Amino acid sequence: MSDQAKIIALHGGLILLLFALQFVLPAYHHGNLARIMVLASYAIGYNILFGYTGLLSLGHALFFAAGMYGMALSIHHLEWAPAPALLAGLVAGILVSGTLALLALRTTGVAFMIVTLMFAQAGYLTVLYFGEYTRGDEGFVIQQAQRMLWGVDLSDPVNRYFAAWGLLTVCFLAALWLVRHPFGRTLIAIRENEERVRMLGYNTFAHKLTAMMISGTIAAAAGAFYGLLFGYAGASFATVQYSIFPLLWVLLGGAGTVLGPFIGTLFMFYLIDLSSGITTAYMLIAGVALVALTLFAPQGLVGELRRRFWGWLP
Amino acid sequence: MELGPYILLASLEGSVTAAVLALTAVGLSLVFGVMRVVNIAHGEFFMLGAVIAWFVAHSLGGNAALGFAAALIIAPLLVGALAIGADMTILKRLKYDPERTIVATIGLLYIIQQVTLMTYGPEARPVEAPFNTRLAIPWFEWGDDGFSLYWPWGLSTTSYKLAVIGAAITVLMGVWVLMTRTRIGLVMRATQADRDMALAFGIPVERVYAMVFGLGAALAAFSAVLIVPIQQAHYLMGADPLLLSFIVVIIGGLGSLPGTVLAAVLIGLSDGIISVFFSPTLAKILATLLVGLVLVFRPHGLFGVRNG
Repeated sequence: MSDQAKIIALHGGLILLLFALQFVLPAYHHGNLARIMVLASYAIGYNILFGYTGLLSLGHALFFAAGMYGMALSIHHLEWAPAPALLAGLVAGILVSGTLALLALRTTGVAFMIVTLMFAQAGYLTVLYFGEYTRGDEGFVIQQAQRMLWGVDLSDPVNRYFAAWGLLTVCFLAALWLVRHPFGRTLIAIRENEERVRMLGYNTFAHKLTAMMISGTIAAAAGAFYGLLFGYAGASFATVQYSIFPLLWVLLGGAGTVLGPFIGTLFMFYLIDLSSGITTAYMLIAGVALVALTLFAPQGLVGELRRRFWGWLP
Repeated sequence: MELGPYILLASLEGSVTAAVLALTAVGLSLVFGVMRVVNIAHGEFFMLGAVIAWFVAHSLGGNAALGFAAALIIAPLLVGALAIGADMTILKRLKYDPERTIVATIGLLYIIQQVTLMTYGPEARPVEAPFNTRLAIPWFEWGDDGFSLYWPWGLSTTSYKLAVIGAAITVLMGVWVLMTRTRIGLVMRATQADRDMALAFGIPVERVYAMVFGLGAALAAFSAVLIVPIQQAHYLMGADPLLLSFIVVIIGGLGSLPGTVLAAVLIGLSDGIISVFFSPTLAKILATLLVGLVLVFRPHGLFGVRNG
């Protein structure tokens, strides 16, 4: 089998498997998997910037929240239908990520991390500051009647699963296409050696800007879907914690692999789910995982798989 | 009542904030300057200092001053030792790579914070100040019969707050002497200036790094013990000092100690005065945006010197 065929079989197989799983899973895991698929889309967005372009952002919660609030506020205050509201979330994501990219990409390395962290924190505080509209930490519920997308009730578990699966499929295939496209190859080259890419005549700033906007827009789409599918928008999704999560998922699954974000989200979600039954301090697991991964497995699960057995993994 | 007395009070409160902030930020600045490591867990070392102070004061019981004095010694030592342990087991193995150490210290942040939550619990607990006399602040006025002093109602500070300022200044002078007048300081500065050259001259760079990381954490813990009679110990209390230290270190110029202290005084004072007029959330938004924008447009800090 050629590498091309293997890639198609593996990634297509996963999508089909996820589609089929919903008919057999018990209700609890069915709901979890819907959540994981939306969050994995967020991780896929993060991975395009971190895994493929080599830019470590600590502020992706800003994009996730931009999508979520862009969608939720237009439903809540302007009484828009879900479809234009989702679009509003996407536009908010594009605008916010474009603005932050223009500022933050003037810096590199550690400064880039701190700048993204600070702007995301400012975003979180802004959500709190306009508590009159956003209801701050408490957040607000999006009613069932407001979640009818083209006559489909998204609060219904089956429809919700389909919507989440649809989002993941789109993000997954888009990422797969992107990283095999010359544009994606250039991003990988920037990750490996930016100076050399620039010397070859590429406009690396434009490439990084585009990568950050694609990454931010996917994150915003995930945020908008998350709010719509689970009927809630709150400031907790804008906290630093939600910037750290995608980093953790991607590190665990394997940065710079298409499968990694999903695998990482799946494992970490269930790890935290299981441990929160034992202790309220479930973020301890996240902390230990972060330290252990940086120390012992910087490649992540899928990265190790690629290094040892499947060199052809994209 | 007129505005003057309020501004005086706000700047006194601001001086307390500035004193504690300067200590915490100097710790962060030392670690960044010498090791080139951005320690996101710095706020948690601060929090640990406060929590350990509570444990010490609580288990000793009896005399408040005795418990507090013990905490002032034990907390920085314990936290410093913990930081040295973290340096040797985690940071050293990452070869002090800037980006990977940030991720690791984020992990460390959650580990320290959550273990504190599991052991110490979610409550905020006070530590009694060793002495706490109320001191009324006088204000002057031009009355019909010329210049006179009077004591506006409710305008007061405590002897403890003044002692905090004094203690912070003393420790900062100590750090200054350590860095400029002793052999250890010389070795640290040599490592900061050129790691490889220092190594070539036989300086045990890794031991210097462990010591600096420990010292930075101990400074944070010390300032937390100072503030805990005013603020109470809580497992989430590390977030604000971390943010403020970042602001101070970045504005003061990365790794420059005098700049850090100057910026701490500036930020501490203006924080006290600004929060009289603005909502605290808005003040924080402006502060975080300021840090971001300074890093983007003035990457060496407002008072920083371009080097290397």
